[in-house]
Amino acid sequence: MSTTTVDLHQDPHGHGGEHDPHHQHHFTTMEQQFDTSKIGMWLFLVTEVLTFGGLFAGFGLMQNKYPQEFVAAHEELKRWAGSTNTVVLLISSFTAVMAVLSARTNQGKKCAKYLWITVGFGAIFMCIKAYEYSADFAEGLFPGKFYSHHGDLIAGSHGYATFFSFYFMMTGLHGLHVLIGMGLMSWLAIRASRGEFSDKYYTPVDLVALFWHLVDMIWIYLFPLYYLIT
Amino acid sequence: MEHTLTSGNVTADRPRPAKNYLNETTGLWSWMSTVDHKRIGIMYLGAVSFAFLLGGIFALLVRLSLLNPQHTLFGKQWVTAEMYNRFFTLHGAIMVFLFIIPSIPASLANFVLPMMLGAKDVAFPRLNLTSFYLWVAGAALAIGSMVLGAVDTGWTFYTPYSTTTDGAVGLMTLAVFILGFSSIFTGLNFIATTHKLRAPGMGWFDMPLFVWGIYATGVIQILATPVLAITMVLLLIERVFQIGIFDSRIGGDPVLFQHFFWFYSHPAVYIMILPGMAIISEIIPTFSRKTIFGYRAIAYSSVSLALLSFIVWGHHLFVAGESDLANVIFSALTFLVAIPSGVKMFNWLTTMYKGNISFETPMLYAMAFLFLFAIGGLTGIFFATLAVDIHLTDTYFVVAHFHYVMMGGTVIAFLGGLHYWWPKMTGRMYSEKWGRVACALVFIGFNMTFGSQFIMGGQGMPRRYFNYLDQFQPIHAFSTYGSWVLGSGLFLTAIYLLASLKTGPLAPDSPWGGTTMEWESSSPPVVHNFEEQPVFEHEPYDYRHRTVTHV
Amino acid sequence: MSTHTEHADNPKAEAAKYLATLVVLLILTAITVGASYINFGSGNIVIALAIATVKAIIVGLIFMHLLHDKPVNAVIAVGGFVFLGIFLMFDFIDVGSRTNPQPINLHAPPAATAPAAAGAPAAGAGAAADTKKE
Repeated sequence: MSTTTVDLHQDPHGHGGEHDPHHQHHFTTMEQQFDTSKIGMWLFLVTEVLTFGGLFAGFGLMQNKYPQEFVAAHEELKRWAGSTNTVVLLISSFTAVMAVLSARTNQGKKCAKYLWITVGFGAIFMCIKAYEYSADFAEGLFPGKFYSHHGDLIAGSHGYATFFSFYFMMTGLHGLHVLIGMGLMSWLAIRASRGEFSDKYYTPVDLVALFWHLVDMIWIYLFPLYYLIT
Repeated sequence: MEHTLTSGNVTADRPRPAKNYLNETTGLWSWMSTVDHKRIGIMYLGAVSFAFLLGGIFALLVRLSLLNPQHTLFGKQWVTAEMYNRFFTLHGAIMVFLFIIPSIPASLANFVLPMMLGAKDVAFPRLNLTSFYLWVAGAALAIGSMVLGAVDTGWTFYTPYSTTTDGAVGLMTLAVFILGFSSIFTGLNFIATTHKLRAPGMGWFDMPLFVWGIYATGVIQILATPVLAITMVLLLIERVFQIGIFDSRIGGDPVLFQHFFWFYSHPAVYIMILPGMAIISEIIPTFSRKTIFGYRAIAYSSVSLALLSFIVWGHHLFVAGESDLANVIFSALTFLVAIPSGVKMFNWLTTMYKGNISFETPMLYAMAFLFLFAIGGLTGIFFATLAVDIHLTDTYFVVAHFHYVMMGGTVIAFLGGLHYWWPKMTGRMYSEKWGRVACALVFIGFNMTFGSQFIMGGQGMPRRYFNYLDQFQPIHAFSTYGSWVLGSGLFLTAIYLLASLKTGPLAPDSPWGGTTMEWESSSPPVVHNFEEQPVFEHEPYDYRHRTVTHV
Repeated sequence: MSTHTEHADNPKAEAAKYLATLVVLLILTAITVGASYINFGSGNIVIALAIATVKAIIVGLIFMHLLHDKPVNAVIAVGGFVFLGIFLMFDFIDVGSRTNPQPINLHAPPAATAPAAAGAPAAGAGAAADTKKE
């Protein structure tokens, strides 16, 4: 199922002959440009790893401090929701990499389709999270000083509130990244259906997919640490 | 007015191009929307100079507050303790986040690094411009916080004071968060540029050492700055939500804040010094007319400094309640991190040995760097030593230490680089006479201001204290007078540099006989840097084939 | 311009590889969830993190193409995790080896033992050497 290749061969730069409109002038070849973009994206992903990593570090140290409270607090989380979300994100990672493959094999419409499916899975993820949050709020599980849950075993301990502070911070920041990824993919899906990507130029799809995979990877660690600790 | 060219113009004379990067397009929008690394470098230069001025004004206010223990001027007390706390906080925050972290990479390296590699631009020009606008946004927020209540926590924002005090802490931490991303994007750009945009034939070990230094800096920017970002976020959230991560009254650990903060801020000081060292590695061979000694050693030491800088941050927490085991480990590792710096010092000195040395202003600053950084670096070892740290920490001794490395190191190197590349960037020669006068004023003033602080600190004068014992008054006064000498040297520098734009003689392509690729372009360069794609032909610092004429 | 043209020649095989990878990841997820219902004591967290790491590596190598890309990308990726590990390691060394030093001139034992949650020992206590009361 092939679609159009890039047909924007207007020649605004006066180069005459083949010149990809996406080719930036300070690069000698498109391949150099692609490789450089990849390196740039990986460097950015490393910053995300360190950012979330800092939060993981804080979570780990607080868990060290309040082991019983953290175990008790995590019982309030819904395992089925967390597990489902894990599955949803893993499948979405699959569809994301299929989108890249489609773009790279000149199948623009298929690429758009996979991108939209990925966005859809992202939306499912967010809906489940929204449900979880509203259920938590109904129980008085709020971050920090707004924590108003009753029935905690170790009365007066800050550990429960701390757990939920970290829970909301980390899932909140993660959710923000899911939304950003969904937005980027929607934009790319529109471009893909217009035939903008091909084996000669599919960099944006590749890079945004990398971002999405990182978002998935962060959840891969988030899920067991929050939902499954015993 | 005349200048003396003490080294020959080693490129063949050629007609000066009519259009260069400065005048090819005109108008404010052409600058605001530029993606040309040279223009962005110039804009950053103006920006960080403004920040340096602002931070410097606060420094002068700090020193003025301490002129006498009664805090009087002409008999009237003019400053309160609360004002003083804000002065030193704002001085530190502006100098660290708005000035020194971006200074060399974003201004000088932005201009010169692509040209040194024979490239037309950095890897991601639009990201470069984004980085600049993030700086502007961060600066606006920081200045906003100054106006809207200011900050008195110290630039280190230690908890629980910073999480509970009034004042515009939130605004300032948000500013720092944004400035962090400005820094990350700069580093990201330089790493990608170094990997992929070298001229044909130029391998890693054919690059100028300046590039190695900036590359190593970029590695730190990528790895460390995100932790600062999350630290600021956690600080903000703790203030708003009281989540109990840093405040022990609600179950938190203040030492955890310090771990988070210093995991960035210690590598950050290497973000500050590595570019300075990178400049020195350029200036010394050029003005000694001699190949750098130990190219690989300096290259490897830059990278190893970057990596080792990540495992020593605990030395800022020695008296904060860190465990004894962690203290000992960090102490040992801190000794280790001094070694690559020492390697560089010896290589630079050996480069000069039997060189054909001349002392134009850039070289004078390089000499000043060697002297001042040696003192700063060695006094750092005092702090690595646990038993000594107990007595000296949080005294003026540490204030003197870090000013010797940050100002005596980075700022001096920045000034040296600024003078070195001024002809290339502006097409004008500055006045060598005034350059030397100002350098002398800066050097003398600096040592007056901060050398005396070593003595005070050794005698027990604590830092950040508004009130002090009478016995310290003479030294405090001497330090304040030194700050005036230092300030006058810096103002003088600004004046003659700006004046050269109008009245300075036109600069040749290569006024100093430099061997790196940027000197093969015209001064100022054309928009695309080189008229033809340069091909790497000879090693950097290869002085064997250069004719040198002294005028 | 593709960096792994050998795979672009056979998109069907590549798609099958991705699908197989997804299946593996889903199986590992099931194992993680299942293992959490069994009490391994302190081994639970180790198992959970180990499986998560395996999943992350698989995502990185296959979905993110690190296996077939130029090595610089993998070096960057691994580097990020290594330095995160350094941050975690030293933090845990500190927190894990803190004693609760008492002032050496304290004549009477403290009335109640300070709760373990109080992680803010006095700043000057660092100067005192090990002063565990027997």
